[in-house]
Amino acid sequence: MKEIMQGNSAIVRGAWEAGVKVAAAYPGTPSSEILKDVADNYPEVYAEWAPNEMVALQVAGGAAIAGARSMASMKHVGMNVAADALMTLAYTGIKGGLMVVIADDPFAHSSQNEQDSRNWARFAKIPLLEPGDAQECYDFAKISFDISEKFDTPVILRTETRVAHSDSLVEPGKRVESKIPLGLDPKEAPKYVMIPGHVRVRRKIIEERMRKLEEYADTFKYNVMEINDPSVGVITSGVSYMYTKDVFPEWSYLKLGMVWPLPKKMIAEFFKKVKKVIIVEELDPFIETEIKAMGYKIWHGKDLIPNMYELTPEIVEKSLKGKKYKAPKVKVKPEDLPRRPPNLCAGCSHRPLFYALKKLGAFVFGDIGCYTLAVAPPLQALHTCVCMGAGGGMAHGAMKALGKEGLGKVVAVLGDSTFLHSGITPLMNAVYNKGNSTTIVLDNRITAMTGHQEHPGTGFTVRQEPTNMVNYMEIGKVFGVKSIRYLDPYNIKECMEIIKEEMSKNEPSLLLCKDSPCVMLRRAKPMEKFKNPLYVIDTDKCRGCKACLEINCPAISWREGAGKTTDGHKRKGTVYINPDQCVGCEVCVQVCKFEAIVPGKK
Amino acid sequence: MKDNGKVTNIFLSGVGGQGAILASNILGEVFIKAGYDVKKSEVHGMAQRGGDVTTHFRFGKKVHSPLIKYGDVDYLLSFELLEAIRYINWVKPEGKIIINKQEIFPPAVNLGQMAYPKDIEKTFKKYFKENVSMVDGQGIAKRLGNVQAANVVLVGAFSKFFPEVKDQQWIEAIKTLLAPKLHDLNVKAFYEGKKAL
Ligand SMILES: Cc1ncc(C[n+]2csc(CCOP(=O)(O)OP(=O)(O)O)c2C)c(N)n1
Repeated sequence: MKEIMQGNSAIVRGAWEAGVKVAAAYPGTPSSEILKDVADNYPEVYAEWAPNEMVALQVAGGAAIAGARSMASMKHVGMNVAADALMTLAYTGIKGGLMVVIADDPFAHSSQNEQDSRNWARFAKIPLLEPGDAQECYDFAKISFDISEKFDTPVILRTETRVAHSDSLVEPGKRVESKIPLGLDPKEAPKYVMIPGHVRVRRKIIEERMRKLEEYADTFKYNVMEINDPSVGVITSGVSYMYTKDVFPEWSYLKLGMVWPLPKKMIAEFFKKVKKVIIVEELDPFIETEIKAMGYKIWHGKDLIPNMYELTPEIVEKSLKGKKYKAPKVKVKPEDLPRRPPNLCAGCSHRPLFYALKKLGAFVFGDIGCYTLAVAPPLQALHTCVCMGAGGGMAHGAMKALGKEGLGKVVAVLGDSTFLHSGITPLMNAVYNKGNSTTIVLDNRITAMTGHQEHPGTGFTVRQEPTNMVNYMEIGKVFGVKSIRYLDPYNIKECMEIIKEEMSKNEPSLLLCKDSPCVMLRRAKPMEKFKNPLYVIDTDKCRGCKACLEINCPAISWREGAGKTTDGHKRKGTVYINPDQCVGCEVCVQVCKFEAIVPGKK
Repeated sequence: MKDNGKVTNIFLSGVGGQGAILASNILGEVFIKAGYDVKKSEVHGMAQRGGDVTTHFRFGKKVHSPLIKYGDVDYLLSFELLEAIRYINWVKPEGKIIINKQEIFPPAVNLGQMAYPKDIEKTFKKYFKENVSMVDGQGIAKRLGNVQAANVVLVGAFSKFFPEVKDQQWIEAIKTLLAPKLHDLNVKAFYEGKKAL
């Protein structure tokens, strides 16, 4: 019977039925549900959160070489981290099938860029499949293991936000165990040890493999030709097909399930069968460049279809119809409406820390996590965010450039998951190269941004088994950091003093936020440390100075209305604390100069 | 629902935590059981806390795109006033609209920098006349003893647009998706919502 599934779950279902044994991942939107789904629903599969994508791919690659069908999953930028492993696993090949799921994010709904992962396939010379809905996620995941084993290569399954996070119907089946025996054979070293002599042998095999894969692409059952009206034919794939098919159902289609390598014979046949060819693809002109290089003339492609942001049905329609496109009537201009951007939660431990940094006037080399939200007004207390782990390395570089001028002004801030992902080596580097940067680890005991995934510092595995917990203090010590201190982010004054002192020191410092779990992380009992369950405004005292609005707490709002305090100070309004949202973190209490924020009762 | 070739487009909008996802899951159960192809798509982005949440829900004999085309919405089901008006241009001229009467202030309003838009109901009525219905989801749910059920009140109201789907099918969907201890409350919420329209 058909079941409704999210694209990510459908991938897992397909992989499970294909007999997958090992799954590793590092979280990243829109891929994070994949590993969680494996862990929660398929006990036959070993699952783990790796500290970063590189390790995840190494783990899956090792399992594959031991004969197990295995998978690694990550968001698009995760592949930048894992690329070193991928590029050479492409040479060694595998034994058990290896599927690498890469989830793109056109429009950067929740990402630091919108790179197009199809380029990895051409770059690494390995096949890439691109599903367009949940059924295809399931089908393509399943068949990717067969392709992987048949051609002795990792296979990329490329999804994107609208595929990974859309739900649609899937017809599931049964699990079939892989027939490949498990085991390692030292005699295979020439295949797996990539020294130059072996590389040159494998290099030739890759070329042969690509030739065979091209032939296979022409027979691949998910490369489908639909000949309808032959005057226009569209070459497309994935969700771009879904959009175009909806808007122009009458046209003919060559829908590619395998985007790399391309099916050359099928393409030739399609060009014979239709009069004019349009290529519809999101982001880069990947298919278009290849087809043009084959010598074909296309009618339209990236001359009309945008090469940035995501496609949608109306963008496809508007681009291809041009002046004939009739836009719906604009009744209200959405840009005139107040936006509703995400915000740090009420009680979040990141808020007071960034407030302290703002008050210190520090230049904050930031990183990626919930705390990146501190860039938004009115906090505006984070000044760079490039890639995971970048803050530490960049702060050190900036300090080297600024010399003594930089002392007291610069700080690197990163989350616990980010620190373990790629913040450790920059810290080691700062000590080794006699730097003087200050690094703050915002330890909230979890990977919050992507939905509370465990990591080596939380003490739990993905299946919630207790395990070793990284000790950040010890990491700092063994690297040779002399100045390591704990911070209580909820104590603004103390934070300011400590951070100021450490930023001014002419040596690297490491500051660790302590007892500051994510307020949504129930098992850490985050509310227990708050003395009162909530605070309210004493309207006898509130002067309407708006200082507490500076912390940007979602529980606090401004109420217009001229009036006076009991002791006669005129005011233009007062502040209101929403009792349903306030958790009693006392950050606003510390900011108020008039003692107008007082304990309340739930 | 009579025309089998046609795809019906339902757009749900609200604020994180209002239960729009559960509502769209109920729709999914109902229309899949009724034999349709269904696609639904939502952006879970950043730490969505307090951010806006939208779901594109489509059903028909065969659905391709997971996204509704701008301007092609048949039904707008909105859990919050500002999040309703934000998508007014998406609705077809003959589209039908249900809006929950709740106002949740966004940061710019909380900070006193912008006003919460006024006359949202009036603007909708100007363009969509009697096809606009306002429902007091929170009020009704509170009377039933739990504001959390406001989303199911709205689903109840929404069910009126599909007379060919029997109440029992909605109730079954609600029971499939919610823990047993919540069944009574939400079944009541469904019927109260239905009455409210
Ligand atoms: C290379 C890469 N992998 C994954 C992500 C997705 N991602 C964004 S933030 C984040 C982790 C944030 O966790 P943490 O550093 O603990 O900060 P928190 O959100 O808990 O404040 C992840 C995994 C990314 N942006 N880049």
